[in-house]
Amino acid sequence: MRIVSSWGRLNAHPHHVIGLNDPTKVKSLVSGGHSGVAHGMGRSYGDVCLNPNGVLWFTTGLDHFISFDDNTGRLVCEAGVLLRDIQRLAIPRGWILPVTPGTQLVTVGGAIANDVHGKNHHFLGSFGDHVQRIKLIRTDGETIECGPQLQLNWFAATVGGLGLTGVIVEAEIQLRRIAGPWLDTETVPYANLDEFFRLADDSESGWEHTVSWIDCVSGNGGRGLFMRGNPTDIGQRMEPKSRKLAMPIVPPVSLVNRLSLRPFNAAYYNLKKSKKGRAIAHYESFFYPLDNLLEWNRMYGPKGFFQYQSVVPREVGQDAVQAMLKEIARSGDGSFLAVLKTFGNRHPVGMMSFPQPGVTLALDFPNNGERTLKLFESMDAIVREAGGRIYLAKDARMPRDLFEVGYPRLNEFLKYRDPGISSGLSRRLMGG
Amino acid sequence: MNNKKRIVIIGATSAMAEHCARLWAQGQSLDLTLVGRDAVRTERIAVDLRVRSPQSDIHIIQADFIDPANIQTTVDGIAMQGAVDIVLIAHGSLPEQTNCQNDLQMCSDALEINGISPVLFAEAFAKHMAKANHGTLVLIGSVAGDRGRKSNYIYGSAKGLVTRYAQGLQHRFSGTGVKVVLVKPGPTDTPMTAHLKTQGSKLASVEEVAQSIVDAVERGQLTVYAPKKWKLIMFIIQHLPNIIFHKLNI
Ligand SMILES: Cc1cc2nc3c(=O)[nH]c(=O)nc-3n(C[C@H](O)[C@H](O)[C@H](O)COP(=O)(O)OP(=O)(O)OC[C@H]3O[C@@H](n4cnc5c(N)ncnc54)[C@H](O)[C@@H]3O)c2cc1C
Ligand SMILES: NC(=O)c1ccc[n+]([C@@H]2O[C@H](COP(=O)([O-])OP(=O)(O)OC[C@H]3O[C@@H](n4cnc5c(N)ncnc54)[C@H](OP(=O)(O)O)[C@@H]3O)[C@@H](O)[C@H]2O)c1
Repeated sequence: MRIVSSWGRLNAHPHHVIGLNDPTKVKSLVSGGHSGVAHGMGRSYGDVCLNPNGVLWFTTGLDHFISFDDNTGRLVCEAGVLLRDIQRLAIPRGWILPVTPGTQLVTVGGAIANDVHGKNHHFLGSFGDHVQRIKLIRTDGETIECGPQLQLNWFAATVGGLGLTGVIVEAEIQLRRIAGPWLDTETVPYANLDEFFRLADDSESGWEHTVSWIDCVSGNGGRGLFMRGNPTDIGQRMEPKSRKLAMPIVPPVSLVNRLSLRPFNAAYYNLKKSKKGRAIAHYESFFYPLDNLLEWNRMYGPKGFFQYQSVVPREVGQDAVQAMLKEIARSGDGSFLAVLKTFGNRHPVGMMSFPQPGVTLALDFPNNGERTLKLFESMDAIVREAGGRIYLAKDARMPRDLFEVGYPRLNEFLKYRDPGISSGLSRRLMGG
Repeated sequence: MNNKKRIVIIGATSAMAEHCARLWAQGQSLDLTLVGRDAVRTERIAVDLRVRSPQSDIHIIQADFIDPANIQTTVDGIAMQGAVDIVLIAHGSLPEQTNCQNDLQMCSDALEINGISPVLFAEAFAKHMAKANHGTLVLIGSVAGDRGRKSNYIYGSAKGLVTRYAQGLQHRFSGTGVKVVLVKPGPTDTPMTAHLKTQGSKLASVEEVAQSIVDAVERGQLTVYAPKKWKLIMFIIQHLPNIIFHKLNI
């Protein structure tokens, strides 16, 4: 048995780890009779990639490319390939992943299973929109090939399917043309949510990538920094050499706490504000600002941290976000990594995918036990009332009724579950 | 003939070797020969490398790793195709020490695949490199070969054999155009050590180790510990007096 935690480091349970390193052996390894679940890079925050005291199938050994067509941008690879490796392969050859989350240290399988989104949802949807084919192995030995033109129901269940429909061993992805690794970016400070929404609306047509950092502790109604970017062709330039720093230890208490947060956020706001305006940015620093600080999740101390990410419909979005910020301010806790962004007006392919038209707020909170859970309950009430949902990739605690109303296609999805697969999350929210 | 760098990897499905190949294939076109015992597994590596480096020529050879005559034929066949710039001999297998103690066949197999086999491959290539007065031969030993320890001395003694052999070869080729590089990895996260991870051992990343190997080959360094810290650790372990060493449970 081996101790495995997810990104939030909320717990550390033993797991029986089985490495899937050879695609020809996956079938025999997953049909061992003990229910398990696939585990990629463990970049999910909660229990979606965990199976305490049970089996985990590690997929990072399935890290081989199978084919890439420079003319069409079609990539076929094994499911444990990292998005980082795709970017490094493709960008110099004029192609890029159309959709990428805020870290590139995730696997293709994980990106499909959570149907991850990036900063360009209004433009290109989520990861699953660009997957052309999935090869899935079920624990009964069956192999299923599915895609938008091929067994669409299986495809819709597997994209955003939380690893519960089978083990993805291979995927075909349509990449997108790009001139080079650079983006033309702009940082615009905003003073309140009104300004945020105006910026978001104004940017929707002219900017491919939009995101914002919001200061949720300053107390005066949500100031923040709006960042937007477009790929740009500026010819050859020296690419920055990536310097990696690691969080060397787990500090005894969270470095993010009531004392540090206010000065932290104020300093960050003022630093970035001073750099407002246009700038050329490298894709790695624009898309993955935290990837050079390895193991930054340790800064929340031994008790770990939660991420609370919700999406609420646009019509009620401003009120709901305002109300959540108020709850946070009242709790005295807060979050340094607070991200506010709008999703475009499009629906995802996956039955259980998270993105929906509206506005999404993502916040990290150090785990302060009951106090933190209490705050979440009051935020749940706002999300429920607004008709929103919580992102399963980040969740470790949402109540089952909120899950059920938030994911109305649940019953349809359940038909595609693999009975030999079970995760911490599936037992917590689906009863098995 | 072309002027692509010619690299041969014996035991090409090894995770370490594969990551070396990925690094070598980055940004240069190679003439790469991958030798493995299983064609399907080896071809998977080749397919991946062809995607990463479409301008390279990548071939696979399925071979026997034990029989001296077969090893000779394999190596001669490769050498016939032209001079080789780099040969990396990477195969190996980490047996359970207690199994080796209880079963002489296992003990023999472990000594053979980790000790004799890499030496025979190296010796066969050495002959061709000597003739060409050119090439770099890379052997993978292990920190386990530096001092016998109760927890894995069968594997360790095979690696010790490789170490002593590499030393001799370095002596033989000193001052010539042939370089011999001996790599001594510490515990590294590859399929070979999956069971160690369960026991909570801290393992080096295979990318990092591969990078040290590639760098050492570039410099023609004689012996390289990967990661570097093992040089100091093994220096200490090698110099501990028995009275202390024998009390350690390692
Ligand atoms: C710093 C940071 C920033 C992030 N930013 C974003 C963001 O902007 N947008 C966003 O959407 N997400 C974001 N995330 C979340 C992350 O992208 C997702 O959690 C992603 O799914 C993690 O992939 P993974 O490879 O680590 O998979 P894991 O976390 O290990 O697993 C995730 C799920 O995928 C399943 N799975 C993994 N591999 C397979 C397979 N081969 N077959 C079947 N199922 C499989 C697992 O069972 C599990 O259900 C971020 C995470 C971090 C740490
Ligand atoms: N990982 C470590 O911690 C560590 C530490 C020190 C030294 N090393 C050494 O580093 C080298 C590379 O190991 P690795 O970590 O990359 O291990 P790995 O990924 O497990 O690779 C082992 C390789 O050896 C081959 N092999 C095993 N038994 C064989 C046999 N009987 N006949 C032919 N080929 C055989 C395997 O071929 P198949 O794919 O066909 O099985 C595979 O190519 C080895 O020499 C190892 O001893 C490793």
